[in-house]
Amino acid sequence: MPDTTVMVEGGEMRIAVLSGKGGTGKTFLSVNLAAAAKDAAYVDCDVEEPNGFLFLKPEIEKEESVEVAVPEIDESACDGCRSCVRFCRFNALAFLKGKPRVFPELCHSCGGCSLLCPKEAIRERKRAVGVIEHGRAGGVSFLSGTLNSGEATGVPIIRQMIREIPAAPVTVIDCPPGSSCSVMESIKGADFCLLVTEPTLFGLENLKLVLQLARTFHKPCAIVVNKATDSTKMMEAAAREFQIPIFARIPYDAELARASAQGNLAAGRETFRPIFLNLLETLKGSEEKEA
Amino acid sequence: MKIAVPSEGKQMDSPVNRSFGRTPCFIVADTETGDFKVIDNEAAAAQGGAGIKAAQAIVDSGAGAVVTFHCGENAAEVLNAAGIRLWKAVPGTVADMADAWKNGTLAELSEIHAGYHGHG
Amino acid sequence: MKQLVVLSGKGGTGKTTVASSLIRLCGSKVYADCDVEAPNLHQIFAGKEQPEEKPYFGLKKAVLNTKACTGCGRCEDSCRFGAITNGSVNPYECEGCGVCEAVCPARDGDGRPAIRLEDRTSGKTMLFHTEAGLFSTAQLQIGSGASGRLVSEVRANLYGAASKEPLAILDGSPGIGCPVVASITGTDLVLIVAEPSLSGFHDMKRVLETARRFGAKAAACINKYDVCTEISQKIESFCLREQIPLVGKIPFDPAVAEAVNSGKTVVDNAGSEAGKAIRQIWEQVYPMLMDENIEKGV
Repeated sequence: MPDTTVMVEGGEMRIAVLSGKGGTGKTFLSVNLAAAAKDAAYVDCDVEEPNGFLFLKPEIEKEESVEVAVPEIDESACDGCRSCVRFCRFNALAFLKGKPRVFPELCHSCGGCSLLCPKEAIRERKRAVGVIEHGRAGGVSFLSGTLNSGEATGVPIIRQMIREIPAAPVTVIDCPPGSSCSVMESIKGADFCLLVTEPTLFGLENLKLVLQLARTFHKPCAIVVNKATDSTKMMEAAAREFQIPIFARIPYDAELARASAQGNLAAGRETFRPIFLNLLETLKGSEEKEA
Repeated sequence: MKIAVPSEGKQMDSPVNRSFGRTPCFIVADTETGDFKVIDNEAAAAQGGAGIKAAQAIVDSGAGAVVTFHCGENAAEVLNAAGIRLWKAVPGTVADMADAWKNGTLAELSEIHAGYHGHG
Repeated sequence: MKQLVVLSGKGGTGKTTVASSLIRLCGSKVYADCDVEAPNLHQIFAGKEQPEEKPYFGLKKAVLNTKACTGCGRCEDSCRFGAITNGSVNPYECEGCGVCEAVCPARDGDGRPAIRLEDRTSGKTMLFHTEAGLFSTAQLQIGSGASGRLVSEVRANLYGAASKEPLAILDGSPGIGCPVVASITGTDLVLIVAEPSLSGFHDMKRVLETARRFGAKAAACINKYDVCTEISQKIESFCLREQIPLVGKIPFDPAVAEAVNSGKTVVDNAGSEAGKAIRQIWEQVYPMLMDENIEKGV
């Protein structure tokens, strides 16, 4: 398995924030980290439920469509041999009245049908599956993808966003929940993975999953305990067991919960700002050590 | 006329299956001769596009009508394009459906649900 | 069998907290965890028994037979996913399309292409037979795609083993994608657990849209409603406007985390405020679920 770590030049650092279970505070941490860093890029890869914009309130400067290739049949050239229909593993082609019919939303854009057609009767056309918004929020460059409702996978959108990340000393990648291929796609270009968890048994169970994912891709990683309470001891024991550092503890605070619920940043508040600044310093320090 | 019915088993007295794309098999019954054949539904285990694959098998079987509880957009598109009409199943066996179809007591399937993105 | 599925759109709103409590309250003998990417319900209900396990085969993946390979590079050139480099397949990139197999000119001793698609386990399903009942769950392997069908298998395992039971409760998947659709299809009622935050509200609307597309009847409750009463009120008016029955409001209660950390449900602690609220929710939901006149979703 090739090492997918991308070494970013000029002291740039790409930090992926992931959590397994949803609702542990991935977006909360990501937006605040980006806001605290000031000169930073923020990428919302949770294309099914993008929420970063609610906090950063960016001014959108550009919107682009994300397109994938799907086949188009030239019926006059097609002789109805059915090889394309037989080939398609995704059942995106049916054979009706002697000709293939395309079901574009099932297509994975592998190109096999057009490659195999003996009559060269299949061309490819572009089909939109979602959008990427580019914007700015203060010193933060903002990128956010949205998958069209009814589409099967957000991977093409994430892949395109990762390619388009603008140069910035710090890039924060807000990953989708879970541990599937879209999370993998999101962490591919990251230098470091921050695993956000809450100090509950559920949080712990899901932490193990994302840790396994980060390690599969040879990413250095650390834990951030969100909504930290007395039961944080459990996370400390787990951190020792898995040999992974805890980089920050964000205490549970009713006022903070309320502010976040309304889409306000915590990094602007005197009480919480140091947490994010310290975390950034720790991350930079760990990168230098890695180097 | 040959009619196709999603079935839980391989006999005419098997109950109608509630799913179209994920049914274990279809029974294609000839309402004139009383003959029937079983088509294993390879689409039941398909990762995606089960409705299309299942509908394709019915088109290829030469059936002229389908009696089913539900049908997704994609499968309906395939069946409609092949000129196969859809009828709404009622609880019972495959044989009951064949009788009901002959007697003209079935209603046309009017509700076509949104696709399952291939994972229904 | 009547089926209730608990959903939220956004993760972490308390889906599993509510689902586990309803399972306890309804005395249901059958329940399932459809959150196959990050399952949690087993931490409460698995018990000590060994489950019945079945491997789950997701998409097939390309496997290269290095002995038969001539190194012509056609597969590498034809793969759109960049999954083949220097004669080795990266299973995380492979989509299982079969283009490599189709273009491979080399053959092994049995006349098969040197690169072929083969079944690959991408997770497992587990069926627990415990004293309390039958519990179906699964775990998707990390980095595997297409969890919708695994959700369907979790549900199929449950019905296969208990089709005669009157009621099943399903802990749904987060998001609005395929796994959610696979969680919703054929259920009698969708209970949405909303959280009073801008993102929780936003995602609740998205999941409601999905539920409606599939013709499922929906009800909603608000968890931690007192964390932000302004947004809770917005959710309430939204429900009123959209004619979604609001079946309860659960206060923020440290007893929830305590219950979770001791492997219990909130309603096991009879005195807790959250537990009381969930009891009231169940009293509202039960008649809705048992109403014979409701049309089953597709």
